[in-house]
Amino acid sequence: MNEPEQSIILLYLILVGVLLTAAGLIWLERRLLGLWQDRYGPNRAGRFGSLQVAADMIKIFTKEDWIPPFADKPVFVIAPAIIVITTLLSFAVIPFAPEIEIVNLNIGLLFFLAMSSLSVYSVALAGWASNNKYSLLGGLRAAAQMLGYEVFMGLSLAGVIMLAGSFNLREIVEAQRNVWFFIPQFPGFVIFVIAGLAETRRIPFDLPEAENELIAGFHTEYSGMKFGMFFVGEYMGVTLISALIATLFFGGWMGPLLPPLCWMIIKTFIFICGFILVRASLPRLRYDQLLSFGWKLMLPLALLNVVVTGAIILAAS
Amino acid sequence: METILFYVLAVVTLLSAVFVIFLRRPIHNVLFMILTMIGLATLFILLHAEFIAMVQIIVYAGAVMVLFLFVIMLLNLEEIDLPREPRPLRWGFGVILSLALVVMLFPVFKSIAPIINGVAQNGDLAAASNLDLIAKELFTTYLLPFEIASFLLLAAIIGTVVIGRKLTKS
Repeated sequence: MNEPEQSIILLYLILVGVLLTAAGLIWLERRLLGLWQDRYGPNRAGRFGSLQVAADMIKIFTKEDWIPPFADKPVFVIAPAIIVITTLLSFAVIPFAPEIEIVNLNIGLLFFLAMSSLSVYSVALAGWASNNKYSLLGGLRAAAQMLGYEVFMGLSLAGVIMLAGSFNLREIVEAQRNVWFFIPQFPGFVIFVIAGLAETRRIPFDLPEAENELIAGFHTEYSGMKFGMFFVGEYMGVTLISALIATLFFGGWMGPLLPPLCWMIIKTFIFICGFILVRASLPRLRYDQLLSFGWKLMLPLALLNVVVTGAIILAAS
Repeated sequence: METILFYVLAVVTLLSAVFVIFLRRPIHNVLFMILTMIGLATLFILLHAEFIAMVQIIVYAGAVMVLFLFVIMLLNLEEIDLPREPRPLRWGFGVILSLALVVMLFPVFKSIAPIINGVAQNGDLAAASNLDLIAKELFTTYLLPFEIASFLLLAAIIGTVVIGRKLTKS
């Protein structure tokens, strides 16, 4: 089999894998939430509620796909697509195993940051295009939140880049052959996880949709598959951030005995479960707390991490 | 192939730039501005300048334009209240100014003309990792200006945080 064919097949496999994972997470998250919060979760459709995803899909696809007459139609339609496009594009640079990667970019990590900075528009535009004051508030919150948290998301990765000496994700994994980066870069790891939580807009950072004050925030007016795209987009985001945490801080595909791909999947799933555990156990922050937490605590910490890491590398060389 | 791609991307970029000026809802203008930025980034990629392309997206499309969007949403701007028919004087002035700009930029256009035709002329530019090249130049040849610029930016970041802290106390 020649090169282009192989990469196209790989591309489809990863695409299907990511979509299946995102869909499966709908079920997994509710089951785990049920377990951790001492309640049932979906248990009617199929064994252990395993057909819940199928039921949800049927419901989402057959619902009326309504566009409010007062909405800005083109922007309203584009907004949910942006989040799916940017998240799926980010998966292109993640090395799942030594051989399994769609493109091996020199600037892989920058590409991810670029895509995640573009994904802001999805939520902000959805909030604006709905022409509804609750949606607008949600969109505004999303824009301010993502702007603040993106700054130190990039900074938190600076330590990893310095240690690995590369933006290339594959080289970053290779650089962790001796020691996984979460040990020398523990502050960076914590900051990245927090930024990742904010980036995927999950509890405790789900202020853009805060259902008890803003109905459903930015996606109040959305229904049918357009809502489904936000829904699945969020789970794809969780998968993406988890895969990145595994790649950047936990040695990616490396591990004993099992084949590389297995290790990558196991690590990713551990972090996905971590995300769900955070959701199950933490309350939502207040909005001013969220912003001041980001700008006044996380940003200085991220800067400090860069300075200290740089100084240590300089001293060691 | 690269030439076709260049023309398609150039047309998209230029068209969105035109829409930035002629559409009347500020949000649409911002959207097309973002598209222009992304178009420029793709053109940088065609020139093998991936790093600059990514910075273009992260800084301009991702951060600066979010601020634009944020302000427009905050002020809830609908249509811009401009006179529908621009006055002839304004037209004439604009045309003269843009012509002057073209004349001034002409040497630049001329010097990059071979690159526009599809391939980067400099062989090792395409071969060497762009990132290494930029890093080497920045930290050797242009060390002082680079450090000054980065120091200014850092001061600005810390300054905003300090100002924000003061405001909440009072």
